[in-house]
Amino acid sequence: MEPATARVVIIGAGHAGSNAAAFLRQYGWPGEIILLGEEPVLPYHRPPLSKAWLKGEATAESLALRPAEFYGKQNVALRLGAPVEAIDRGAKSLRLAAGEVLAYDHLILATGARARRIPLPGADLPLVHTLRNAADADRLKAGIGPGRRVVVIGAGWIGLEVAASARALGAAATVLEAQDRVLARVASPALSAFVDAAHRRHGVDLRLRVGIEAIEPDAVRLADGTRIPADLVLLGVGAVAEDTLARAAGLAAPGGGIRVDGSARTADPAIHAIGDCTVRPLPGGAMGRLESVPSATEQARQAAADLCGRPVPAPEVCWFWSDQYELRIQVAGLAQGAALGVFRGDPAAGDRLAVFHLDAAGAVQAVEAVNAAPEFMAGKRLIALGRPVPPARLADPATPLAALATA
Amino acid sequence: MPKVTYIEHNGTEHAVEVPVGLSVMRGAVDNNVPGIDADCGGECACATCHVFVDPAWEARTGTPSEQEASMLSFAATKQDNSRLSCQIEMTAALDGLVVRMPEAQH
Repeated sequence: MEPATARVVIIGAGHAGSNAAAFLRQYGWPGEIILLGEEPVLPYHRPPLSKAWLKGEATAESLALRPAEFYGKQNVALRLGAPVEAIDRGAKSLRLAAGEVLAYDHLILATGARARRIPLPGADLPLVHTLRNAADADRLKAGIGPGRRVVVIGAGWIGLEVAASARALGAAATVLEAQDRVLARVASPALSAFVDAAHRRHGVDLRLRVGIEAIEPDAVRLADGTRIPADLVLLGVGAVAEDTLARAAGLAAPGGGIRVDGSARTADPAIHAIGDCTVRPLPGGAMGRLESVPSATEQARQAAADLCGRPVPAPEVCWFWSDQYELRIQVAGLAQGAALGVFRGDPAAGDRLAVFHLDAAGAVQAVEAVNAAPEFMAGKRLIALGRPVPPARLADPATPLAALATA
Repeated sequence: MPKVTYIEHNGTEHAVEVPVGLSVMRGAVDNNVPGIDADCGGECACATCHVFVDPAWEARTGTPSEQEASMLSFAATKQDNSRLSCQIEMTAALDGLVVRMPEAQH
Protein backbone atom coordinates (compact mmCIF):
# COMPACT_ATOMS: atom_id res chain seq x y z
CA MET A 1 0.00 0.00 0.00
CA GLU A 2 1.07 3.53 -0.77
CA PRO A 3 2.15 5.99 1.92
CA ALA A 4 -0.70 8.05 3.30
CA THR A 5 0.65 11.11 1.53
CA ALA A 6 0.51 9.67 -2.00
CA ARG A 7 -1.73 11.74 -4.24
CA VAL A 8 -3.93 10.45 -7.04
CA VAL A 9 -5.20 13.00 -9.51
CA ILE A 10 -8.08 11.95 -11.75
CA ILE A 11 -8.66 13.98 -14.90
CA GLY A 12 -12.30 13.71 -15.91
CA ALA A 13 -15.33 13.44 -13.61
CA GLY A 14 -17.69 11.32 -15.71
CA HIS A 15 -18.77 7.80 -14.80
CA ALA A 16 -15.21 6.48 -15.07
CA GLY A 17 -13.45 9.21 -13.10
CA SER A 18 -15.94 9.64 -10.29
CA ASN A 19 -16.36 5.88 -9.87
CA ALA A 20 -12.57 5.54 -9.67
CA ALA A 21 -12.54 8.04 -6.79
CA ALA A 22 -15.29 6.09 -5.00
CA PHE A 23 -13.62 2.70 -5.55
CA LEU A 24 -10.24 4.03 -4.36
CA ARG A 25 -11.82 4.90 -1.02
CA GLN A 26 -13.75 1.59 -0.88
CA TYR A 27 -10.48 -0.25 -1.42
CA GLY A 28 -8.69 1.77 1.26
CA TRP A 29 -6.58 4.30 -0.63
CA PRO A 30 -5.00 6.26 2.22
CA GLY A 31 -3.77 9.34 0.39
CA GLU A 32 -5.18 12.38 -1.28
CA ILE A 33 -7.64 12.08 -4.18
CA ILE A 34 -8.22 15.05 -6.46
CA LEU A 35 -11.02 14.68 -9.01
CA LEU A 36 -10.93 17.29 -11.77
CA GLY A 37 -14.06 17.95 -13.81
CA GLU A 38 -14.13 20.19 -16.83
CA GLU A 39 -17.85 20.87 -16.58
CA PRO A 40 -19.28 23.12 -13.86
CA VAL A 41 -21.84 20.55 -12.61
CA LEU A 42 -21.65 17.57 -10.23
CA PRO A 43 -20.71 14.28 -11.94
CA TYR A 44 -23.85 12.88 -13.54
CA HIS A 45 -25.41 9.95 -15.36
CA ARG A 46 -24.89 10.44 -19.09
CA PRO A 47 -27.30 7.82 -20.52
CA PRO A 48 -30.48 9.71 -19.53
CA LEU A 49 -29.37 12.83 -21.47
CA SER A 50 -30.86 11.46 -24.70
CA LYS A 51 -33.89 9.98 -22.97
CA ALA A 52 -35.40 10.88 -19.57
CA TRP A 53 -33.55 14.22 -19.30
CA LEU A 54 -34.58 15.28 -22.80
CA LYS A 55 -38.18 14.35 -22.09
CA GLY A 56 -38.20 16.30 -18.82
CA GLU A 57 -38.59 13.15 -16.70
CA ALA A 58 -35.34 13.57 -14.73
CA THR A 59 -34.16 16.23 -12.29
CA ALA A 60 -30.65 17.56 -11.69
CA GLU A 61 -30.75 15.64 -8.42
CA SER A 62 -31.71 12.32 -10.00
CA LEU A 63 -29.15 12.87 -12.75
CA ALA A 64 -26.26 13.35 -10.29
CA LEU A 65 -24.16 10.22 -9.78
CA ARG A 66 -23.84 11.07 -6.10
CA PRO A 67 -24.97 13.98 -3.91
CA ALA A 68 -22.67 16.97 -3.39
CA GLU A 69 -21.87 15.96 0.22
CA PHE A 70 -20.52 12.61 -0.95
CA TYR A 71 -17.19 14.01 -2.05
CA GLY A 72 -16.44 15.81 1.19
CA LYS A 73 -17.53 12.81 3.28
CA GLN A 74 -15.25 10.54 1.26
CA ASN A 75 -12.41 13.03 1.42
CA VAL A 76 -12.31 13.44 -2.34
CA ALA A 77 -11.30 16.92 -3.49
CA LEU A 78 -13.79 17.46 -6.32
CA ARG A 79 -12.87 20.47 -8.41
CA LEU A 80 -15.46 21.41 -11.00
CA GLY A 81 -14.96 23.80 -13.90
CA ALA A 82 -11.29 22.88 -13.81
CA PRO A 83 -10.07 21.92 -17.30
CA VAL A 84 -6.50 20.67 -17.58
CA GLU A 85 -4.19 22.25 -20.11
CA ALA A 86 -1.14 19.99 -20.09
CA ILE A 87 0.51 17.01 -18.43
CA ASP A 88 4.23 16.98 -17.67
CA ARG A 89 5.03 13.27 -17.28
CA GLY A 90 8.69 13.93 -16.46
CA ALA A 91 7.82 16.21 -13.56
CA LYS A 92 4.69 14.18 -12.66
CA SER A 93 2.57 17.28 -12.66
CA LEU A 94 -0.22 18.87 -14.62
CA ARG A 95 -1.21 22.42 -15.36
CA LEU A 96 -4.79 23.61 -15.08
CA ALA A 97 -6.16 26.04 -17.63
CA ALA A 98 -6.31 28.58 -14.82
CA GLY A 99 -2.52 28.31 -14.49
CA GLU A 100 -2.22 26.29 -11.29
CA VAL A 101 0.28 23.41 -11.32
CA LEU A 102 -0.70 20.19 -9.47
CA ALA A 103 1.79 17.45 -8.67
CA TYR A 104 0.69 13.80 -8.76
CA ASP A 105 2.08 10.48 -7.64
CA HIS A 106 -0.48 8.64 -9.76
CA LEU A 107 -2.60 9.98 -12.55
CA ILE A 108 -5.84 8.50 -13.88
CA LEU A 109 -6.95 9.74 -17.29
CA ALA A 110 -10.74 9.58 -17.61
CA THR A 111 -11.19 12.18 -20.32
CA GLY A 112 -14.03 10.43 -22.16
CA ALA A 113 -14.97 10.95 -25.77
CA ARG A 114 -16.19 13.82 -27.89
CA ALA A 115 -18.75 13.84 -30.68
CA ARG A 116 -17.29 13.16 -34.10
CA ARG A 117 -17.70 16.04 -36.52
CA ILE A 118 -17.92 15.56 -40.25
CA PRO A 119 -16.72 18.07 -42.81
CA LEU A 120 -20.17 18.90 -44.12
CA PRO A 121 -21.00 22.34 -45.52
CA GLY A 122 -23.18 24.08 -42.95
CA ALA A 123 -22.13 21.84 -40.04
CA ASP A 124 -21.35 24.96 -38.01
CA LEU A 125 -24.78 26.52 -38.42
CA PRO A 126 -26.68 27.29 -35.20
CA LEU A 127 -29.36 24.66 -35.82
CA VAL A 128 -26.74 21.86 -35.74
CA HIS A 129 -26.23 20.04 -32.43
CA THR A 130 -24.20 17.17 -31.07
CA LEU A 131 -24.90 15.37 -27.79
CA ARG A 132 -22.25 14.38 -25.28
CA ASN A 133 -22.82 16.42 -22.13
CA ALA A 134 -25.49 18.12 -20.05
CA ALA A 135 -24.98 21.51 -21.72
CA ASP A 136 -25.51 19.90 -25.14
CA ALA A 137 -28.65 18.20 -23.81
CA ASP A 138 -30.05 21.46 -22.44
CA ARG A 139 -29.57 23.20 -25.80
CA LEU A 140 -31.19 20.26 -27.55
CA LYS A 141 -34.09 20.19 -25.11
CA ALA A 142 -34.81 23.86 -25.73
CA GLY A 143 -35.14 23.16 -29.45
CA ILE A 144 -37.37 20.07 -29.40
CA GLY A 145 -41.10 20.33 -28.86
CA PRO A 146 -44.51 19.89 -30.49
CA GLY A 147 -44.46 20.78 -34.16
CA ARG A 148 -40.68 21.19 -34.37
CA ARG A 149 -38.90 19.41 -37.20
CA VAL A 150 -35.91 17.43 -35.95
CA VAL A 151 -33.50 15.88 -38.44
CA VAL A 152 -31.03 13.33 -37.11
CA ILE A 153 -27.93 12.53 -39.16
CA GLY A 154 -26.71 9.05 -38.27
CA ALA A 155 -28.80 6.07 -37.10
CA GLY A 156 -26.58 5.01 -34.20
CA TRP A 157 -27.66 4.70 -30.56
CA ILE A 158 -27.60 8.42 -29.77
CA GLY A 159 -29.37 9.43 -32.96
CA LEU A 160 -32.11 6.85 -32.55
CA GLU A 161 -32.64 7.65 -28.87
CA VAL A 162 -32.98 11.34 -29.67
CA ALA A 163 -35.41 10.54 -32.51
CA ALA A 164 -37.52 8.48 -30.09
CA SER A 165 -37.48 11.27 -27.48
CA ALA A 166 -38.37 13.84 -30.15
CA ARG A 167 -41.39 11.77 -31.15
CA ALA A 168 -42.43 11.45 -27.49
CA LEU A 169 -42.22 15.26 -27.24
CA GLY A 170 -44.49 15.69 -30.23
CA ALA A 171 -41.82 16.75 -32.72
CA ALA A 172 -41.51 15.42 -36.26
CA ALA A 173 -38.37 13.30 -36.66
CA THR A 174 -36.40 12.35 -39.74
CA VAL A 175 -33.39 10.04 -39.46
CA LEU A 176 -30.82 9.98 -42.26
CA GLU A 177 -28.35 7.10 -42.48
CA ALA A 178 -25.64 6.44 -45.06
CA GLN A 179 -25.55 2.66 -44.46
CA ASP A 180 -28.23 0.23 -45.59
CA ARG A 181 -29.54 -0.36 -42.04
CA VAL A 182 -29.77 1.35 -38.66
CA LEU A 183 -27.14 0.51 -36.01
CA ALA A 184 -25.01 -0.99 -38.79
CA ARG A 185 -21.78 -0.71 -36.82
CA VAL A 186 -23.06 -2.09 -33.52
CA ALA A 187 -25.96 -4.50 -34.08
CA SER A 188 -26.75 -7.65 -36.02
CA PRO A 189 -29.07 -7.28 -39.02
CA ALA A 190 -31.90 -8.86 -36.98
CA LEU A 191 -31.71 -6.24 -34.24
CA SER A 192 -31.33 -3.50 -36.85
CA ALA A 193 -34.52 -4.64 -38.58
CA PHE A 194 -36.43 -4.80 -35.30
CA VAL A 195 -35.41 -1.30 -34.25
CA ASP A 196 -36.00 0.05 -37.76
CA ALA A 197 -39.60 -1.20 -37.67
CA ALA A 198 -40.24 0.38 -34.27
CA HIS A 199 -39.11 3.80 -35.44
CA ARG A 200 -41.26 3.67 -38.58
CA ARG A 201 -44.23 2.50 -36.49
CA HIS A 202 -43.74 5.56 -34.29
CA GLY A 203 -43.80 7.89 -37.24
CA VAL A 204 -40.11 8.52 -37.84
CA ASP A 205 -39.23 9.28 -41.46
CA LEU A 206 -36.28 6.92 -41.65
CA ARG A 207 -34.17 7.10 -44.80
CA LEU A 208 -31.32 4.66 -45.42
CA ARG A 209 -28.49 4.80 -47.99
CA VAL A 210 -28.70 8.56 -48.23
CA GLY A 211 -25.82 10.92 -48.90
CA ILE A 212 -25.90 14.42 -47.48
CA GLU A 213 -24.80 17.38 -49.54
CA ALA A 214 -25.09 20.20 -47.03
CA ILE A 215 -26.89 21.59 -44.05
CA GLU A 216 -28.73 24.86 -44.71
CA PRO A 217 -30.12 27.34 -42.17
CA ASP A 218 -33.54 25.66 -42.33
CA ALA A 219 -33.03 22.32 -44.06
CA VAL A 220 -30.78 19.39 -44.82
CA ARG A 221 -30.00 18.96 -48.51
CA LEU A 222 -29.43 15.37 -49.69
CA ALA A 223 -27.09 14.23 -52.46
CA ASP A 224 -30.05 13.66 -54.77
CA GLY A 225 -31.16 17.26 -54.30
CA THR A 226 -34.03 16.58 -51.88
CA ARG A 227 -34.41 19.27 -49.22
CA ILE A 228 -35.65 18.13 -45.82
CA PRO A 229 -36.93 21.09 -43.81
CA ALA A 230 -35.38 21.25 -40.35
CA ASP A 231 -35.65 23.39 -37.24
CA LEU A 232 -32.94 21.40 -35.51
CA VAL A 233 -30.28 18.97 -36.74
CA LEU A 234 -28.54 16.43 -34.52
CA LEU A 235 -25.23 15.07 -35.78
CA GLY A 236 -25.01 11.55 -34.36
CA VAL A 237 -22.11 10.12 -36.28
CA GLY A 238 -20.09 8.57 -33.51
CA ALA A 239 -17.59 9.64 -30.91
CA VAL A 240 -13.83 9.86 -30.88
CA ALA A 241 -11.63 9.31 -27.85
CA GLU A 242 -10.77 12.57 -26.09
CA ASP A 243 -7.01 12.03 -26.07
CA THR A 244 -5.78 15.60 -26.63
CA LEU A 245 -3.90 15.80 -23.31
CA ALA A 246 -2.51 12.29 -23.64
CA ARG A 247 -1.42 12.94 -27.23
CA ALA A 248 0.48 16.07 -26.27
CA ALA A 249 2.14 14.01 -23.52
CA GLY A 250 3.14 11.28 -25.98
CA LEU A 251 0.71 8.73 -24.56
CA ALA A 252 -1.92 8.36 -27.29
CA ALA A 253 -2.18 5.50 -29.78
CA PRO A 254 -1.53 6.40 -33.43
CA GLY A 255 -5.13 5.63 -34.38
CA GLY A 256 -6.55 7.61 -31.45
CA GLY A 257 -7.31 6.75 -27.85
CA ILE A 258 -5.09 5.67 -24.97
CA ARG A 259 -3.94 2.07 -25.02
CA VAL A 260 -4.38 0.17 -21.74
CA ASP A 261 -4.06 -3.40 -20.49
CA GLY A 262 -6.56 -5.39 -18.42
CA SER A 263 -5.49 -3.46 -15.33
CA ALA A 264 -6.13 -0.09 -17.03
CA ARG A 265 -2.39 0.59 -17.08
CA THR A 266 -0.93 2.79 -19.80
CA ALA A 267 2.67 2.67 -21.04
CA ASP A 268 3.57 5.10 -18.22
CA PRO A 269 3.73 3.30 -14.86
CA ALA A 270 2.40 6.39 -13.06
CA ILE A 271 -0.64 6.71 -15.32
CA HIS A 272 -3.81 4.64 -15.69
CA ALA A 273 -6.53 5.41 -18.21
CA ILE A 274 -10.20 4.39 -17.98
CA GLY A 275 -13.48 4.74 -19.82
CA ASP A 276 -14.34 6.04 -23.28
CA CYS A 277 -10.86 7.49 -23.88
CA THR A 278 -9.20 4.07 -23.83
CA VAL A 279 -8.29 1.43 -26.39
CA ARG A 280 -8.73 -1.67 -24.27
CA PRO A 281 -8.62 -5.47 -24.46
CA LEU A 282 -11.89 -6.76 -25.94
CA PRO A 283 -13.51 -10.18 -25.62
CA GLY A 284 -11.66 -12.51 -27.98
CA GLY A 285 -8.32 -10.80 -27.44
CA ALA A 286 -8.45 -7.87 -29.86
CA MET A 287 -7.88 -4.27 -28.78
CA GLY A 288 -10.56 -1.67 -29.35
CA ARG A 289 -12.83 0.95 -27.86
CA LEU A 290 -15.88 0.06 -25.82
CA GLU A 291 -18.00 3.12 -25.20
CA SER A 292 -20.32 2.19 -22.36
CA VAL A 293 -21.02 2.87 -18.72
CA PRO A 294 -20.32 -0.75 -17.65
CA SER A 295 -16.92 -0.65 -19.36
CA ALA A 296 -16.08 2.67 -17.68
CA THR A 297 -17.08 1.25 -14.31
CA GLU A 298 -15.16 -1.99 -14.87
CA GLN A 299 -12.01 -0.07 -15.72
CA ALA A 300 -12.50 2.26 -12.74
CA ARG A 301 -12.50 -0.87 -10.55
CA GLN A 302 -9.36 -2.16 -12.31
CA ALA A 303 -7.42 1.07 -11.81
CA ALA A 304 -8.52 1.47 -8.18
CA ALA A 305 -7.69 -2.16 -7.34
CA ASP A 306 -4.31 -1.91 -9.06
CA LEU A 307 -3.39 1.27 -7.19
CA CYS A 308 -4.49 -0.20 -3.86
CA GLY A 309 -2.46 -3.37 -4.38
CA ARG A 310 -5.54 -5.58 -4.68
CA PRO A 311 -5.95 -8.31 -7.27
CA VAL A 312 -7.62 -6.83 -10.34
CA PRO A 313 -11.11 -8.38 -10.79
CA ALA A 314 -11.69 -10.92 -13.57
CA PRO A 315 -12.88 -9.39 -16.86
CA GLU A 316 -16.63 -8.79 -16.99
CA VAL A 317 -18.95 -9.65 -19.85
CA CYS A 318 -19.39 -6.34 -21.67
CA TRP A 319 -22.94 -5.16 -22.06
CA PHE A 320 -25.03 -2.22 -23.09
CA TRP A 321 -28.62 -1.03 -22.92
CA SER A 322 -30.87 1.43 -24.70
CA ASP A 323 -34.49 2.48 -24.21
CA GLN A 324 -36.49 3.61 -27.24
CA TYR A 325 -40.30 3.92 -27.11
CA GLU A 326 -41.56 0.73 -25.48
CA LEU A 327 -38.35 -1.10 -26.37
CA ARG A 328 -35.86 -2.08 -23.68
CA ILE A 329 -32.82 -3.13 -25.70
CA GLN A 330 -30.09 -5.09 -23.90
CA VAL A 331 -26.97 -6.44 -25.56
CA ALA A 332 -24.18 -8.49 -23.97
CA GLY A 333 -20.93 -9.53 -25.63
CA LEU A 334 -19.93 -8.55 -29.16
CA ALA A 335 -21.84 -10.14 -32.04
CA GLN A 336 -19.30 -9.24 -34.73
CA GLY A 337 -17.65 -12.28 -36.31
CA ALA A 338 -20.11 -14.79 -34.85
CA ALA A 339 -20.54 -18.06 -36.73
CA LEU A 340 -24.26 -18.55 -36.12
CA GLY A 341 -27.25 -16.53 -35.01
CA VAL A 342 -30.00 -18.41 -33.14
CA PHE A 343 -33.43 -16.87 -32.57
CA ARG A 344 -35.36 -17.90 -29.52
CA GLY A 345 -39.02 -17.48 -30.26
CA ASP A 346 -40.49 -15.95 -33.38
CA PRO A 347 -38.57 -12.83 -34.47
CA ALA A 348 -41.57 -11.73 -36.53
CA ALA A 349 -43.90 -11.77 -33.50
CA GLY A 350 -43.22 -8.08 -33.11
CA ASP A 351 -43.13 -7.27 -29.41
CA ARG A 352 -39.90 -8.97 -28.40
CA LEU A 353 -36.67 -10.28 -29.87
CA ALA A 354 -33.94 -12.58 -28.58
CA VAL A 355 -30.93 -13.55 -30.70
CA PHE A 356 -28.00 -15.56 -29.41
CA HIS A 357 -24.77 -15.33 -31.41
CA LEU A 358 -22.59 -18.43 -31.27
CA ASP A 359 -18.87 -18.63 -32.03
CA ALA A 360 -17.21 -21.32 -34.16
CA ALA A 361 -17.00 -23.65 -31.15
CA GLY A 362 -20.73 -23.32 -30.48
CA ALA A 363 -20.46 -21.17 -27.36
CA VAL A 364 -22.56 -18.03 -26.95
CA GLN A 365 -20.45 -14.93 -27.64
CA ALA A 366 -23.25 -12.37 -27.65
CA VAL A 367 -26.94 -11.94 -27.00
CA GLU A 368 -29.23 -9.23 -28.33
CA ALA A 369 -32.54 -8.88 -26.51
CA VAL A 370 -35.48 -6.53 -26.86
CA ASN A 371 -38.08 -6.68 -24.09
CA ALA A 372 -36.55 -10.06 -23.27
CA ALA A 373 -34.76 -9.67 -19.96
CA PRO A 374 -34.63 -13.40 -19.15
CA GLU A 375 -32.87 -14.14 -22.45
CA PHE A 376 -30.49 -11.24 -21.89
CA MET A 377 -29.57 -12.40 -18.40
CA ALA A 378 -29.29 -16.05 -19.45
CA GLY A 379 -27.17 -15.01 -22.43
CA LYS A 380 -24.86 -12.99 -20.21
CA ARG A 381 -24.39 -16.06 -18.00
CA LEU A 382 -23.80 -18.31 -21.02
CA ILE A 383 -21.15 -15.92 -22.35
CA ALA A 384 -19.40 -16.04 -18.99
CA LEU A 385 -19.62 -19.84 -18.85
CA GLY A 386 -18.14 -20.09 -22.36
CA ARG A 387 -19.19 -23.65 -23.10
CA PRO A 388 -20.95 -24.91 -26.24
CA VAL A 389 -24.75 -24.87 -26.18
CA PRO A 390 -26.87 -26.94 -28.58
CA PRO A 391 -28.47 -24.37 -30.93
CA ALA A 392 -31.71 -26.34 -31.19
CA ARG A 393 -32.26 -26.22 -27.42
CA LEU A 394 -31.39 -22.54 -27.33
CA ALA A 395 -33.95 -21.86 -30.05
CA ASP A 396 -36.73 -23.87 -28.46
CA PRO A 397 -38.85 -21.82 -26.03
CA ALA A 398 -39.87 -25.12 -24.44
CA THR A 399 -36.32 -25.63 -23.13
CA PRO A 400 -36.13 -23.64 -19.89
CA LEU A 401 -33.36 -21.05 -20.01
CA ALA A 402 -32.41 -22.07 -16.50
CA ALA A 403 -31.52 -25.54 -17.78
CA LEU A 404 -29.01 -23.98 -20.17
CA ALA A 405 -27.60 -21.16 -18.10
CA THR A 406 -27.13 -22.64 -14.66
CA ALA A 407 -24.59 -25.03 -13.19
CA MET B 1 -34.41 9.55 8.88
CA PRO B 2 -34.85 5.78 8.39
CA LYS B 3 -31.75 3.63 8.66
CA VAL B 4 -30.63 0.70 6.53
CA THR B 5 -27.94 -1.76 7.54
CA TYR B 6 -25.98 -3.12 4.60
CA ILE B 7 -23.88 -6.20 5.37
CA GLU B 8 -21.01 -6.99 3.03
CA HIS B 9 -20.29 -10.58 2.06
CA ASN B 10 -17.33 -10.55 4.45
CA GLY B 11 -19.61 -9.51 7.34
CA THR B 12 -18.71 -5.82 7.50
CA GLU B 13 -21.78 -3.81 8.47
CA HIS B 14 -22.66 -0.32 7.27
CA ALA B 15 -25.58 1.42 8.98
CA VAL B 16 -26.58 4.48 7.01
CA GLU B 17 -29.51 6.88 6.88
CA VAL B 18 -31.50 6.74 3.65
CA PRO B 19 -34.05 9.50 2.93
CA VAL B 20 -37.65 8.39 2.31
CA GLY B 21 -38.28 8.16 -1.43
CA LEU B 22 -34.76 7.17 -2.40
CA SER B 23 -34.02 3.58 -3.33
CA VAL B 24 -32.05 1.20 -1.13
CA MET B 25 -29.49 1.08 -3.99
CA ARG B 26 -29.11 4.85 -3.94
CA GLY B 27 -28.58 4.76 -0.17
CA ALA B 28 -25.61 2.45 -0.69
CA VAL B 29 -24.12 4.39 -3.61
CA ASP B 30 -24.50 7.76 -1.89
CA ASN B 31 -22.60 6.44 1.13
CA ASN B 32 -19.97 4.49 -0.84
CA VAL B 33 -21.05 1.17 0.66
CA PRO B 34 -19.01 -1.51 -1.12
CA GLY B 35 -20.74 -4.43 -2.82
CA ILE B 36 -23.48 -2.67 -4.78
CA ASP B 37 -22.32 -1.70 -8.25
CA ALA B 38 -25.53 -0.32 -9.81
CA ASP B 39 -24.02 -0.03 -13.27
CA CYS B 40 -27.25 1.19 -14.90
CA GLY B 41 -28.05 3.78 -12.27
CA GLY B 42 -31.41 2.37 -11.21
CA GLU B 43 -33.04 1.48 -14.53
CA CYS B 44 -33.57 -2.19 -13.64
CA ALA B 45 -31.38 -3.03 -16.65
CA CYS B 46 -28.34 -4.71 -15.15
CA ALA B 47 -28.94 -6.64 -11.92
CA THR B 48 -25.70 -5.35 -10.35
CA CYS B 49 -27.43 -4.00 -7.22
CA HIS B 50 -28.51 -7.47 -6.09
CA VAL B 51 -29.14 -7.87 -2.34
CA PHE B 52 -30.60 -10.48 -0.02
CA VAL B 53 -33.34 -9.01 2.15
CA ASP B 54 -33.17 -10.14 5.76
CA PRO B 55 -36.02 -12.65 6.27
CA ALA B 56 -37.56 -10.47 8.97
CA TRP B 57 -38.06 -7.70 6.38
CA GLU B 58 -39.19 -9.69 3.35
CA ALA B 59 -42.91 -9.04 3.85
CA ARG B 60 -42.39 -5.29 4.18
CA THR B 61 -40.16 -4.90 1.12
CA GLY B 62 -42.79 -6.54 -1.08
CA THR B 63 -42.36 -8.70 -4.14
CA PRO B 64 -40.37 -8.00 -7.30
CA SER B 65 -42.12 -6.76 -10.45
CA GLU B 66 -42.09 -9.02 -13.49
CA GLN B 67 -39.16 -7.08 -15.00
CA GLU B 68 -37.17 -7.28 -11.77
CA ALA B 69 -37.94 -10.97 -11.34
CA SER B 70 -36.72 -11.77 -14.83
CA MET B 71 -33.54 -9.74 -14.31
CA LEU B 72 -32.94 -11.66 -11.09
CA SER B 73 -33.74 -15.08 -12.49
CA PHE B 74 -30.22 -15.69 -13.80
CA ALA B 75 -28.19 -13.85 -11.19
CA ALA B 76 -25.33 -16.16 -10.30
CA THR B 77 -26.21 -16.29 -6.61
CA LYS B 78 -30.00 -15.95 -6.59
CA GLN B 79 -31.92 -16.89 -3.45
CA ASP B 80 -35.60 -16.70 -2.54
CA ASN B 81 -35.00 -13.37 -0.76
CA SER B 82 -33.08 -11.83 -3.66
CA ARG B 83 -34.05 -8.33 -4.74
CA LEU B 84 -32.63 -5.57 -6.88
CA SER B 85 -32.04 -2.79 -4.40
CA CYS B 86 -32.83 -0.11 -7.01
CA GLN B 87 -36.42 -1.38 -6.92
CA ILE B 88 -36.91 -1.06 -3.16
CA GLU B 89 -38.06 2.44 -2.30
CA MET B 90 -37.29 3.69 1.17
CA THR B 91 -40.30 4.38 3.42
CA ALA B 92 -40.64 5.17 7.10
CA ALA B 93 -41.90 1.60 7.58
CA LEU B 94 -38.53 0.27 6.38
CA ASP B 95 -36.59 1.98 9.18
CA GLY B 96 -34.15 -0.66 10.43
CA LEU B 97 -34.08 -2.68 7.17
CA VAL B 98 -31.21 -5.16 6.90
CA VAL B 99 -29.85 -6.33 3.53
CA ARG B 100 -26.87 -8.53 2.72
CA MET B 101 -24.72 -8.35 -0.38
CA PRO B 102 -23.68 -11.31 -2.54
CA GLU B 103 -19.99 -12.10 -2.98
CA ALA B 104 -19.93 -10.38 -6.36
CA GLN B 105 -22.34 -8.54 -8.66
CA HIS B 106 -20.77 -9.78 -11.90
